[in-house]
Amino acid sequence: MASDQQLLDYVLRLADSDLILAQRLGEWVGHGPVLEEDIALTNVGLDLLGQARLWFAYAGEVEGRQVGSSGAGRSEDEFAYMREGGGFRNLLLAEQPNGNYADTTARQFYFDVWHELLLRNLAVSRDRRIAEIAAKALKEVMYHAERSADWVIRLGDGTELSHTRMQSGIDDLWMYTGEMFAADDTDLALAAEGVAADVGALLPAWRDRVAAVLDLATLTMPSAAWMQRGGKQGVHSEHLGHLLAEMQSLQRAHPGAQW
Amino acid sequence: MVSSASSAVADRPGVAAIWRALAAVPDPEIPVISVVDLGIIRGVEWRDEEWVISVTPTYSGCPATEVIAGDIGRALVAAGVARFRIETRLAPAWTTDWIAPDARQRLADYGIAPPGAGTVVSSQIGQTGQTSRIDISALHRYRSEAANVPCPRCNSTRTRQQSRYGSTPCKAQYRCDDCLEPFDYFKPH
Repeated sequence: MASDQQLLDYVLRLADSDLILAQRLGEWVGHGPVLEEDIALTNVGLDLLGQARLWFAYAGEVEGRQVGSSGAGRSEDEFAYMREGGGFRNLLLAEQPNGNYADTTARQFYFDVWHELLLRNLAVSRDRRIAEIAAKALKEVMYHAERSADWVIRLGDGTELSHTRMQSGIDDLWMYTGEMFAADDTDLALAAEGVAADVGALLPAWRDRVAAVLDLATLTMPSAAWMQRGGKQGVHSEHLGHLLAEMQSLQRAHPGAQW
Repeated sequence: MVSSASSAVADRPGVAAIWRALAAVPDPEIPVISVVDLGIIRGVEWRDEEWVISVTPTYSGCPATEVIAGDIGRALVAAGVARFRIETRLAPAWTTDWIAPDARQRLADYGIAPPGAGTVVSSQIGQTGQTSRIDISALHRYRSEAANVPCPRCNSTRTRQQSRYGSTPCKAQYRCDDCLEPFDYFKPH
């Protein structure tokens, strides 16, 4: 039987991938290639941030009901601002740097296709709260997935330069996609109870969708088999620390500061 | 509905008065429609000696959500409601199909093309046995290029999308090819 600690870890994974990717997208504010895209990227980030808050609020409740806890779990802000890098459970893909616009587009595309499939499964979770948050988030993420696929096609089937850059982004980030489908004990224990999704089972649908879009985009699907792992267990790339330094600096200097 | 509690607070406003007060709270970013028009007030009920106002968010990250909660609180206090709390209700998820029909015209008059009615099927709460489940089987993808969005200024349907996103999470940017004006489109969601 899955423990409350496993449920907490699982919900934090969902929250952290949303939060960290939202922070990355927020870095585009004022730097988008055109105004419309600047606004679009940050709106996607805003959706993800809102979803992260819903997951963090639930994580706090799960933590609060753990045996031996004082009854109150951490707040959304405590989760976001007061944990060290090793405490974060986000996918490695989410923390990868923005790079150029094609790199950001590739990262978003890989994530969105997976995210939509995941949320479809979580919307029928036996955990009522997970199901409610997932069904809410799914509507937003379906729109994200449509947008990022359109941009992969537009840039891939665009100019020689945009094609080259889009292919590079797709190739460079490929090694971070395997982790999305690699289940560990936490995933397996919760999936067995119908609480979490069986992430391994999402892979065929993800590959089909990615392959179909890359085909339309005249891009080549990467075939490398070796994949990076560790984000879900708190082992991150060097990029996360820099991201957190910026995101957390105000709360670290002035703990508990409020707007 | 509230008879069991009515003797406890004889002079508290009734449910109709509360709905009237809520109907006067404008959306902070689109002031021509109220929070009731927007379809985000999902329930008003007397529970445990206080009024419980159930509000559902439009988009998860919409910054207006907290402003709306504050505005609702102030409106209720002004209407003489002493005891209430605002509860967030996530399911079923908000859909633009809940925007009131007459509010769609006010959106158009304000310069925002309203979402088509009935364009998006939301998730439903279904009953299976004793437990309720969220049914997303009817949820379908909204294809923006398939939409025929009339310009709110000149009614031309020769319009095109400039960006999937706009000035708020709920809108996309369009441009009219006849009057050449850019405009916001309230996305079906």
